[in-house]
Amino acid sequence: MDLHTEPLVLNMGPSHPATHGTVRFLLKMDGEKVLHCETEIGYLHRGFEKQCEAGTWTQVFPYTDRLNYNSAIQNNVAYALAVEKLLGITGQIPERSTAIRTIMCELSRMADHYTNLGASMLELGALTAFLYFVEARELTWDIIESVCGARLTSNYVRVGGLSTDLPEGFAAHVKEVFPVNRVFWSEFDKLLTKNRIFLDRMRDTGGISEENAIAYGFTGPCLRACGVEYDVRKANPYLLYDQVDFDIPVGFTGDNFDRYLVRMEEINQSMRIIEQLIDKMPGGPVNIDNPAVRNPSKEAVKGRMESMIFHFKNTIEGIQVPAGEAYVPTEGSNGEVGFYLVSSGGGKPLKCRVRPPCFALTQAMGEMVQGAFLSDIIPTFDMINLIGGECDR
Amino acid sequence: MAELREQVQRKFGDAVLTTHAEHGDQTVIIRKDAVLEVMRWMRDEPSMLFNFMMDLTAVDYKGIKPPVWRFEVVYHLYSLKHNHRIRVKVPVADDSPSIDSIVSIWKGADWFEREVWDMYGIAFKGHPNLKRILLYEEFEGHPLRKDYPIKKRQPLIGPDN
Repeated sequence: MDLHTEPLVLNMGPSHPATHGTVRFLLKMDGEKVLHCETEIGYLHRGFEKQCEAGTWTQVFPYTDRLNYNSAIQNNVAYALAVEKLLGITGQIPERSTAIRTIMCELSRMADHYTNLGASMLELGALTAFLYFVEARELTWDIIESVCGARLTSNYVRVGGLSTDLPEGFAAHVKEVFPVNRVFWSEFDKLLTKNRIFLDRMRDTGGISEENAIAYGFTGPCLRACGVEYDVRKANPYLLYDQVDFDIPVGFTGDNFDRYLVRMEEINQSMRIIEQLIDKMPGGPVNIDNPAVRNPSKEAVKGRMESMIFHFKNTIEGIQVPAGEAYVPTEGSNGEVGFYLVSSGGGKPLKCRVRPPCFALTQAMGEMVQGAFLSDIIPTFDMINLIGGECDR
Repeated sequence: MAELREQVQRKFGDAVLTTHAEHGDQTVIIRKDAVLEVMRWMRDEPSMLFNFMMDLTAVDYKGIKPPVWRFEVVYHLYSLKHNHRIRVKVPVADDSPSIDSIVSIWKGADWFEREVWDMYGIAFKGHPNLKRILLYEEFEGHPLRKDYPIKKRQPLIGPDN
């Protein structure tokens, strides 16, 4: 006997307890099966670009913190690199500054992956695993806090340098934390990687083919899980990435489990990068010696007329950036974070565009969960790692 | 080997308005009616193979460039095989701005084009589902246009408001 059935329209989100991030899925369901999924974003739109266009070049930094707030320093760095490219001072940034930027980017990547993996496991019901990674993240954030005074909204980088040098005992702090983090990592790994329940939720769910992923503009761990070895740190090296040894983990199938494995290994690789750099930190200043770009020191501002004038002009009028345009790709935790800046000459950007990696990833949600079960939406959306601040800007 | 921008110019001649390599970024500026043809060639031509449409956005040059050039739609492409990048810019006039959609070439362009429509009001002809993405349907105007005041508020209180 044929039962008369019709698809059920189900509204999931925008504030759903099992998704981290404000997003709404409009689902058409046949029982437990997803027939169609429409993704709606924009709930966290704050007018990032409009605000940037109204402020000076330096005032953009705090806004970039709030893009992917789990790895704020990476956004700071990406933006600073783009402005420096426009100014034509890329080669003049002090070595020490570049080394610190590299280390901070990798610490941010670790914190981002800890957050993503931990929170995802929480949403799959693995509360214990979540606690291990939240603790690891907390220790990582302690390091970041000791450097710039904030855990998330770091506002650490400046055009032509950094807001401050590393604190005393930084290397020792990192060396004290990393062994503990490694223990948390292996506990997390033991709890999950061969866990039958976990595997059932993750393996062969939310997959996407290599060809499709590229057509959608996938980058970062989700692209590498498909087996594509694309990482901006290797393809277009910036900072010190061409001077350190690290591997790019890639997956085979492009499913949620591979995305998890790629991120797990990237944590180890980030630690490897930091450990290579921390013992051979170059000395010297962290800021470029050019008062028209980077404010002179407080002592100079209070003691010398010229320095005070520069300080005043940089603050009121902004750094003067010659007319032009530049795009700088960097490898964020989620994929390619690229800043496209246009200057018409003067103290404010004419255009400050950021390419948000999870925007392209979220776009493919509908295709990745089509024909899957309702419960598969959770791990798939988790592994996409949508960050509202970055996706909606 | 000729630079990328020169190869594009050689192939398309008049459709390429100008090219530059400011700060080392290969850039070609092409005519609006040639977008589909140039983009498809760039994706498929063996010496180009731009399989990634990395970024798509627009810039409002109101008051800076002559009115015929008010908007520019900007594409950033990347080739995995050759590890090279190119920026393609297309001037779009002020008067009910529109341009051909490239969703048929890179399906990832879908949301990016919707965002440009949302923020700049540039219509993408042939787009399968051109509607606002970050803002709500009732929003009036396109906020990233230079003539949209930054302090303007449009509270959305409820469906009956």
